[in-house]
Amino acid sequence: MNAIIITALWGVIMMFGGVFFKKSTTPKFWAIAGIIIVLLANLFEFFGHPFFNVDTKGMLKFDSFGLHFNTIAFICTLLFFLLNGKDFEKIGMHVSEYFALMFFVLCGLSILSSFNTLLLLFLGIEILSIPLYILTGSDKRNLKGNEAALKYLLMGAFSTGILLMGIALIYGGNTLGSFYIDAINLGTGNLPVLIAGGLVLILVGISFKVSAAPFHFWAPDVYDGAPAVVSSFMMTIVKIAAFVAFFRLFQTSFGAMQHQWQMLIVVITAATLLIGNITAVFQKSVKRMLAYSSISHAGFMMFTLFALNDTAKEGLLLYAAAYSIATIGIFAVIIKMSDYSIEGFNGLGKKQPLLALTAVIFLLSLTGIPLTAGFTAKFYVLMAAVKDGHQLWLVVLAVICAAIGAVYYFKVIQAIYFKDPVPGVNDEINVSSSFKFLLVVTAALIILLGFLPGLLIDWIYY
Amino acid sequence: MLGTYYTFPELLIWIPFITGLIAIFIKNEKSVKMFALLSSIATLVVSVISLCYTDVAAHPEFFYYNNVSYVWMPYIGSSFSVGLDGMGFLLTFLTAFSYPLIFAATYKSEYKNANAFFALMLLTQAGIMGVFVATDALLFYFFWELALIPIYFLCSRWGGEKRIAATFKFFVYTFLGSLLMLVGIIFVYVHTAPVTPDSAHSFSINAFYNAALSSGQQDWLFWLFFIAFAVKIPIFPFHTWQPDVYEQSNYPSVMVLSGLMVKMGAFGVIRWILPIFPAAVAKYEHLVMALCIIGLIYASCIALYQNDLKRFVAWSSIAHLGLMSAAIFAANELSLQGVMLEMLNHGINILALWIVVDIIEKKTGVRKISQLSGLAGKSPALAIFLVIIAFANIALPLSNSFVSEFLMLNGLFDFNIWFAVFGTIGIILSAVYMLSMVQRTFFGKANVVAEQAKKMSAGQGIVLFALVVAILFLGIYPEPVIHLTQSTVTDILSKMSLK
Repeated sequence: MNAIIITALWGVIMMFGGVFFKKSTTPKFWAIAGIIIVLLANLFEFFGHPFFNVDTKGMLKFDSFGLHFNTIAFICTLLFFLLNGKDFEKIGMHVSEYFALMFFVLCGLSILSSFNTLLLLFLGIEILSIPLYILTGSDKRNLKGNEAALKYLLMGAFSTGILLMGIALIYGGNTLGSFYIDAINLGTGNLPVLIAGGLVLILVGISFKVSAAPFHFWAPDVYDGAPAVVSSFMMTIVKIAAFVAFFRLFQTSFGAMQHQWQMLIVVITAATLLIGNITAVFQKSVKRMLAYSSISHAGFMMFTLFALNDTAKEGLLLYAAAYSIATIGIFAVIIKMSDYSIEGFNGLGKKQPLLALTAVIFLLSLTGIPLTAGFTAKFYVLMAAVKDGHQLWLVVLAVICAAIGAVYYFKVIQAIYFKDPVPGVNDEINVSSSFKFLLVVTAALIILLGFLPGLLIDWIYY
Repeated sequence: MLGTYYTFPELLIWIPFITGLIAIFIKNEKSVKMFALLSSIATLVVSVISLCYTDVAAHPEFFYYNNVSYVWMPYIGSSFSVGLDGMGFLLTFLTAFSYPLIFAATYKSEYKNANAFFALMLLTQAGIMGVFVATDALLFYFFWELALIPIYFLCSRWGGEKRIAATFKFFVYTFLGSLLMLVGIIFVYVHTAPVTPDSAHSFSINAFYNAALSSGQQDWLFWLFFIAFAVKIPIFPFHTWQPDVYEQSNYPSVMVLSGLMVKMGAFGVIRWILPIFPAAVAKYEHLVMALCIIGLIYASCIALYQNDLKRFVAWSSIAHLGLMSAAIFAANELSLQGVMLEMLNHGINILALWIVVDIIEKKTGVRKISQLSGLAGKSPALAIFLVIIAFANIALPLSNSFVSEFLMLNGLFDFNIWFAVFGTIGIILSAVYMLSMVQRTFFGKANVVAEQAKKMSAGQGIVLFALVVAILFLGIYPEPVIHLTQSTVTDILSKMSLK
């Protein structure tokens, strides 16, 4: 509850603060202070000291999994604000408002990690999405950004509609007539028609949100068209929030009859992995390549829904953290450049050795090389799938796709270290030493999680 | 004593790892070279001392000098466990022995960013050592990949014009292979019984040996593991990356790749495939051995027509490894004993061959066989060395390979006479291509290139001398090596028969 209330409040503060903040750097400090307060408040609740005792009639349920996920998401957001705080000024004039919108997104995220009824699931997804429609188009003079925003709004509205229809069917179909996800205990018998229909519609609706194929079409255009700062946020924190909601719903309500709908997940996972990875190979812009790669990572995270066991739970949190930290890191580097093409990275190793080194660590982590968080995360989700014991070919397909992933991530690494710089491209990259320090901290986090994943996982069982 | 405070396998990993990290910060080229050489000598010293503590049967306390286990990820049943057995001693010694020779033989070579070069070389050594000593499947996988990453950067950064594409092919091949192996590792893991109460399953190698796997499961697990190792060795038809990489890379990296990293593949088959999937091995060994023998004959024929010395050595290496892998899958006492010996011998011979090729290229500036002639007149010492090395490569009696190839062919003969027949044809072919290379480059009339050749440095002379002494010593008295690895061979064979 702490996180939900404080993020909403802080969003309002940031919004009105825009009127009073004189200097353009002030909003950044307020935002960082806000996220630290939210993080601390969430930790207090995690250790058993909620500040607010609101009777939600059981509609929200704060368990250690959800609160732990909040912590991860807030730490990622903190890193994101610290690394990219300055770059918000590139988007436009209303820096304070952008931060305000992000706090509203975080409010939606906190609801999604603790909802216990389908109504709050819907509410959470809407609170999460609406600020994003605005943020995507926040660079008003950029035509690509406008197109992306419109596309995202239409597609998003469409998918929420489908999701709502699914919720209605589930409500009508279960004998209790209940919205409570833990009450919709369907047993292990055959799926009734209404429930089955509702389940498929919900699956489609959330697949849109996590950009799983074949509902991924908006993702590359939106991630590519939105300002780089915003796409970094959308690809990471927003996407993992949708995944946690997905996982929560499916494990609680439909887990018992998992093997009746597992095949749907199998198809979605296989399609997502193949489309994301193969298309990413042919991209010339690193930003767009990362957009496709984010689809492929969604494919890996789908494995947790496929397996729905304890390892999957651990794997989801680990993957969320590993993927978010690495993506935020690599985007922080990209944003400092003016040319996003792969050639733009040529010779970065000579121009900016430290930036290059950290970028390579982030890319290695996204590839899934041991000793980086990306490896332990992939290892856990694959282990969850193997433990489930069904459809092992899917796991083999996943590792083949991971090898394809190496192709496009290593293109960038090759450009950074083995090619000579192109004159006139990305010549002036100015970064402060505090930025460099933060990048090193981010890279260190990646490596730390790479050989001690227990630091993160153990808290689930706190 | 060394082993009582820090066990030998730990030292063998951490010395190159830590010195590798330090080497990054030594900007001066000369100092970093000296530093790397000293580090590799320190590792060699540790390895030699460890060889004094191999006799566990007579002294049970030696076990604790050579095996150690630390808590790492108890919640999934993985620990940082390392240990040395006969094969481990042999291969860690080969690694420790090769590195100082590689550094000394290429001491005069100059590199841009020498600090990064030597740091990556030492990190590779740490990874290779880790593969040979890991007794935990997940740890093994970690080191397996960690050896790959630095060598990828080494080969891509320093080398010929087409190095980036060639190395990348190598990387994607091996990365895909390792990921398939990872799936296999996870699957076996899920079928293990717990060793510690913390976790439902275990990654320890003994748990893997006892995993309950039906023969149907073994059938496809075998291929998941096999592809990873086959790419590394390489076994036909997974060999296509090798000639390009060897041609394009710098010499020290190639020496590491061909002398040491291919042993990782052979080691993997012996340690992980044979005892864990014996039923699948029995089912597929004919197929795999046929591939190995095809590779042997095919690579030998191609080696006959190679004009580039580096590609020549690459193909001859594929041929030798074909015979070696066939012998591994024959899996009887003679053949496995031969393989143990051959792993050491091949490491020594190919290292010597690369050093000779490096010297030729440095002296004359070319490495095309057609452009070289009559080098012997200018450098008689090098000619003598090369002839002895060539004899070792074609397994002439008194040279080291004679003993090992004799044992391997004996083993193949016991298994199936036809494999032995074709194996012998492979050896005859190796005599043809090897001797014709020596003849064309070193004998005959000296041409312009040979006239302008520079002298070989003293360091290179000493290194080659040391290698030639090793070749002759192992040819005359291979007993210590056989004695060292005897226990591993019987152990593996008994594990295979138990299942």
